[in-house]
Amino acid sequence: MKHITEEELFRYREGEMKARDAIAAHLKECGECRVELDRIEAVFQALDAMPVPDPGEEYGRKVWRQIAERLPERFHEKWASWWEAWFAPRRLIAVGTAAALLAIAFFAGRISGPKKSNDDVLDAGKVRERVLVVAVGAHLGKSEMILMELSNAQPAESGKKLINISTEQKRAEDLVEENRLYRQTALNGGDNAVASTLNELERVLLDVANSPAEVTPAQFESIQKRIAAQGILLKVRVVRQELRAESEGRKSEPAQNDSTAKVRNKA
Amino acid sequence: MRESSERVGAGGISDAAAVERTLAGERDAYRVLVERHSTYVYRVAYRMTGNSHDAEEIVQEAFLRAYQKLQQFAGNANFGTWVYRIAANYAIDRLRQKKNEESRREAPTRSAESETEIDPLSQVKDSAPSPERLATSVELAKKMKEALDALSPAERTAIVMRHWDGCGIEEIAAVLKSNTSATKNTVFRAVQKLRQALKPFVQGRGTAKAVGTES
Repeated sequence: MKHITEEELFRYREGEMKARDAIAAHLKECGECRVELDRIEAVFQALDAMPVPDPGEEYGRKVWRQIAERLPERFHEKWASWWEAWFAPRRLIAVGTAAALLAIAFFAGRISGPKKSNDDVLDAGKVRERVLVVAVGAHLGKSEMILMELSNAQPAESGKKLINISTEQKRAEDLVEENRLYRQTALNGGDNAVASTLNELERVLLDVANSPAEVTPAQFESIQKRIAAQGILLKVRVVRQELRAESEGRKSEPAQNDSTAKVRNKA
Repeated sequence: MRESSERVGAGGISDAAAVERTLAGERDAYRVLVERHSTYVYRVAYRMTGNSHDAEEIVQEAFLRAYQKLQQFAGNANFGTWVYRIAANYAIDRLRQKKNEESRREAPTRSAESETEIDPLSQVKDSAPSPERLATSVELAKKMKEALDALSPAERTAIVMRHWDGCGIEEIAAVLKSNTSATKNTVFRAVQKLRQALKPFVQGRGTAKAVGTES
């Protein structure tokens, strides 16, 4: 009689095996395999017997006392905390560029003159949109670079047991902040296609930002697979190229009847 | 199994409301979340590290990180699950760091604290244990502690999340930054290693309970 392997028995216990009926039937007949299954079960019983000390009823309060003083200061208002996060020293450079470009976009529309006619309003909007297109394009370029670096790295060949990705993590963290801003702006501007790509990009960036600082080659490979699985690199490239073409097109053809965002959404 | 965090606890407000208020700048709302989930996060951290000192540090760090990242927390998610994952991520980093340091120092695998941390008597369910069984149960607890400490950080995380916390393979895979197939293998490898280490205690048919755990 062919016996069931230890791994099959373990997976059967885990409820994973497809051929559960066949294994159950075999176990009914085979005392040896039953003993083997019991032995696996005994390991779990021994694990269950391992006690965890009770930290006590007051533990939650104790933790609060320990951390309360160390919690970073927040402004007492939701949007203010955004502001604070934006102007944290480390992020200042990264998000500064984005903020400056948005400010330029905003004022570019204003300084183009008083709103005398519909054409003037249209021109102001165009200028604003053009600056945003350039800014988002640059952001996508930076994101593409970090994703490419991660995707093309071959750490397994270096023979290292752990790979330090803290630099990529910090860059991704900074880009998350920028990304949020641009996504929100794209949404407000009705450019759902760009907003959707930025939304997907944000998830990947968050994934990288929240990874451990040091990962094993297998974990690194898993990050690479997740980047590849979502096809985000390709999407970012496509949108970036569209934005670049749009930006170049605008220079030569300043007057268009329909917003290119609308065209992109339709597409 | 994991506790539901959507209940309205002693703080009087739901987790979702506490998160919302914290984001709005109400610092004391975060206190509700900390007080409500600390014990649970402590249990997880203790199982992953095997000692109170490390477990307490992990709890503090997990809540600090959760506070910093609260804006990334999706409103419809479960705060308990989210902070659990932050704690597990931090714990695995810490375990790896510790393993690296230990291997560099070539220190003994057991600390004085870990020897005395677990009260072996609490394992014995029989109100009047025989001296023989008592001795076996003490020995079993020691062996299990050693076996858990000898697991790799990924194996220990996997077995804690799977067996004690009832996590799904995909959730464990996310913490291990691995795929589901590799994660299943990690759990199995952990069980194999524990089984190997406990061989003298894990008996055959009829007496297949680990000696010292009978009630």
